[in-house]
Amino acid sequence: MTLLGQFSLWLALLTAVWGAGVALTGRWQDRPDLQRSVTGSTYAVCAALLVAALCLWKGLFTHDFNIEYVYQYTARNLPTSYVFAAFWAGQKGSLLFWATILSIFAAAAQTVTSRRHEGLLPYVAAITNVVIAFFVITMLFAANPFDRLPFTPEDGRGLNPQLQNPGMTIHPPMLYLGYISITIPFAFAVASLLSKRLDTGWIHAMRKWTILSWLFLSAGITLGMWWAYVELGWGGYWSWDPVENASLLPWLTMTAFLHSVMIQEKRGMLKRWNVGLVVASFLLSIFGTFITRSGVIASVHSFTQSSVGFYFLSFLLLAGILSFALLYVRWPLLEPEARLESMASREAAFLFNNLAFVGIAFSVLWGTLFPIISEAVRGTKITVGPPFFNRVNVPLGLFLVALTGIGPLIAWRKASPENLRRQFVVPVSAGIAVVIALLLVGIRNGWALTAWGLAGFVLGTVTQEFWRGIRARLRIHGESAFEALAHLVSRNRRRYGGYIVHVGIIIYIVAFAGNAFKVTREVTLSTGETTELRSPFGHVYQLTHLGVSQYPQLNRFVSAATLAVKKDGASAGRITSEKRQHQDSFGRNTFEPSTEVGIRSNLQEDLYVVYAGSVQGTERATYAITINPLVMWVWIGAMVLIAGGLITMWPGGPAVTPRQRSDVQAGYQAPLAGVESGS
Amino acid sequence: MKPGSKFLIGAAVIVAGVTGLIVTGVKETGIYFLTPTQLVDRTRTDSTFHDVGLKVGAKVVPGSVRRDSRTIDFRVTDGTSEFPVTYTGLVPDTFTDASNIEVIVEGKYGRDGVFHATEVLAKCGSRYEAEVKKSGKA
Repeated sequence: MTLLGQFSLWLALLTAVWGAGVALTGRWQDRPDLQRSVTGSTYAVCAALLVAALCLWKGLFTHDFNIEYVYQYTARNLPTSYVFAAFWAGQKGSLLFWATILSIFAAAAQTVTSRRHEGLLPYVAAITNVVIAFFVITMLFAANPFDRLPFTPEDGRGLNPQLQNPGMTIHPPMLYLGYISITIPFAFAVASLLSKRLDTGWIHAMRKWTILSWLFLSAGITLGMWWAYVELGWGGYWSWDPVENASLLPWLTMTAFLHSVMIQEKRGMLKRWNVGLVVASFLLSIFGTFITRSGVIASVHSFTQSSVGFYFLSFLLLAGILSFALLYVRWPLLEPEARLESMASREAAFLFNNLAFVGIAFSVLWGTLFPIISEAVRGTKITVGPPFFNRVNVPLGLFLVALTGIGPLIAWRKASPENLRRQFVVPVSAGIAVVIALLLVGIRNGWALTAWGLAGFVLGTVTQEFWRGIRARLRIHGESAFEALAHLVSRNRRRYGGYIVHVGIIIYIVAFAGNAFKVTREVTLSTGETTELRSPFGHVYQLTHLGVSQYPQLNRFVSAATLAVKKDGASAGRITSEKRQHQDSFGRNTFEPSTEVGIRSNLQEDLYVVYAGSVQGTERATYAITINPLVMWVWIGAMVLIAGGLITMWPGGPAVTPRQRSDVQAGYQAPLAGVESGS
Repeated sequence: MKPGSKFLIGAAVIVAGVTGLIVTGVKETGIYFLTPTQLVDRTRTDSTFHDVGLKVGAKVVPGSVRRDSRTIDFRVTDGTSEFPVTYTGLVPDTFTDASNIEVIVEGKYGRDGVFHATEVLAKCGSRYEAEVKKSGKA
């Protein structure tokens, strides 16, 4: 099986190189057979990599411990779903996963892209093939998942218990899908530069890909937060560690792009900036993959041990230099078609939005790399942690929240004072009302008040937009309110889907601000002893230690500590937190013990209990107890955001209006003529 | 004034703001991350280093871990320099008495020659490449 896997990898490499070579040398331009061959190469690469992936899965499921990767990440007693997920538990498998998924996306891009954009496709195939070739080369020469051991061990080393969590089976692939799918917009951007088709064609061709990858990233990041929350047991969901930051970076630049691209579509501005953002997002996605699975930042020493780091850095540098050089060469062709007319315009709001997003991305990147930078420059390593990131990003984030409310309210080009007054009265009043209400219930935390007040302002904006749209339909079409809402959204999916995404973001912000009111306590309790906590919502929790029980379960030995919960005097069941010692099939301990957090959630707050250990083998147990306000709203925000995103990219919809169509065609006149004269 | 130049002023304000936040942020929240040898050398030449909070990345000396209810004492080393660490609080699961534990301790290196840690991070072996587990208050 490994032989077939190896062979498939080589086949994929050669095919990818062939496809990229033919496409980039431009030989296909008067040879339809070669053009078909370029498209075909993406399908062939995809088929070869799928075979390789199946080979690795077969090795995992048949417990072929002679394969080093199978030995490293699975064991005979590992539950089946985790054997499946072990595919991406390590670096080598992750690389194969990356390459395989990218090949699927690359083939899909060739298939689903409208024929209007046919001229771009060979270039797109070239770029995706080059990226796939990079991953396959890295595997073949530095991190081959099919490497065999000189002997066959009896059993594998098992999967890290922290990865044995349902969230962990979907979080990495989801995040990877986000990272990987950015390659497609990048390929279209570079294709437009290479082919000099610099109108908005490439943007139309890949618009849904950008939303798709943004959605995957959003979902992947949130699932990561959820995993950290339920599995790592330190009481929160975001700690600004390098791996988390790395996933946030491309999300930030993609979000900036999703906004700035609207200016290019409507006004023909920011063409260079947009290409730059897509290139940056792609580079950051590669950087993120690299950080996640190499450990460069957490431990600089692992860097020299694994040559994968060298491959990734070389690729990053090369891709960065070539892309920006190409952008530089095409610079004169990307002249903006319009200029900024007023500071009170939607363009200006979008420009500030972009600066803030890129500013946040830069500060996060700077903070993440600062240990390395300071060591290189000053010889002493200096680290920055959550205080740094919060200090820089909370003000910038709140500025962005304010823009979320302002942007949709002001007109394109130049807003009149009348327009401003008519638009802002309701949302601003909503924000002020929220702040007053919160002051009345006794909240004095300045940051939280600002965040929640701005959230009220943005919700006011969105509600006003929906209300005006519905009212217009009620008046003109005489529909019922529900029909009006449904039609409104389905006729303007991008606009109203976008508003729903904004609501999702606002829900996140409201939840994040809840962190300011967290209550934590560490206690050691004897059996029957009780501790009492008061939550920020005013509830009183009485927690009584019931004792510790120990028993074997599946592939582990469990010590479970249980608390009886009384909320406001009434009994509210029990909450259990476990220490798990994982064992192999011979009953020997594997790994360090891991903690299973006990969590009880409701819409107001989470009671979060960690059993930290017993005092010298007695039933006296130490607990870390946290009351986390509003955490549930993080997960709710994610669902709203994804729903909104799906609405914006849902296929079909009403026919393009005549005016828009003529715009689109006008955009195509020049390049189509160019192709004809060139052929 | 043209809107273009007005925007440039706004942009300059944002860029300056971000830069200012980053620079002051690093200055006020940045923490030295030293090896035991670097720390010992620094404190010898500059005794104010005893008073600043910093992080030390090192290996736990095998067999040096003493647990006493919630206080844990152990020694750390980088092969050249070695000193004792004392910590009160919960340590992460990955902090065990096994021989290959790498830790990051945060706190102050007292004039008594003992490192008083306020936080202990333990890096687990080589299994999940970039995994560092966290304890204490975050």
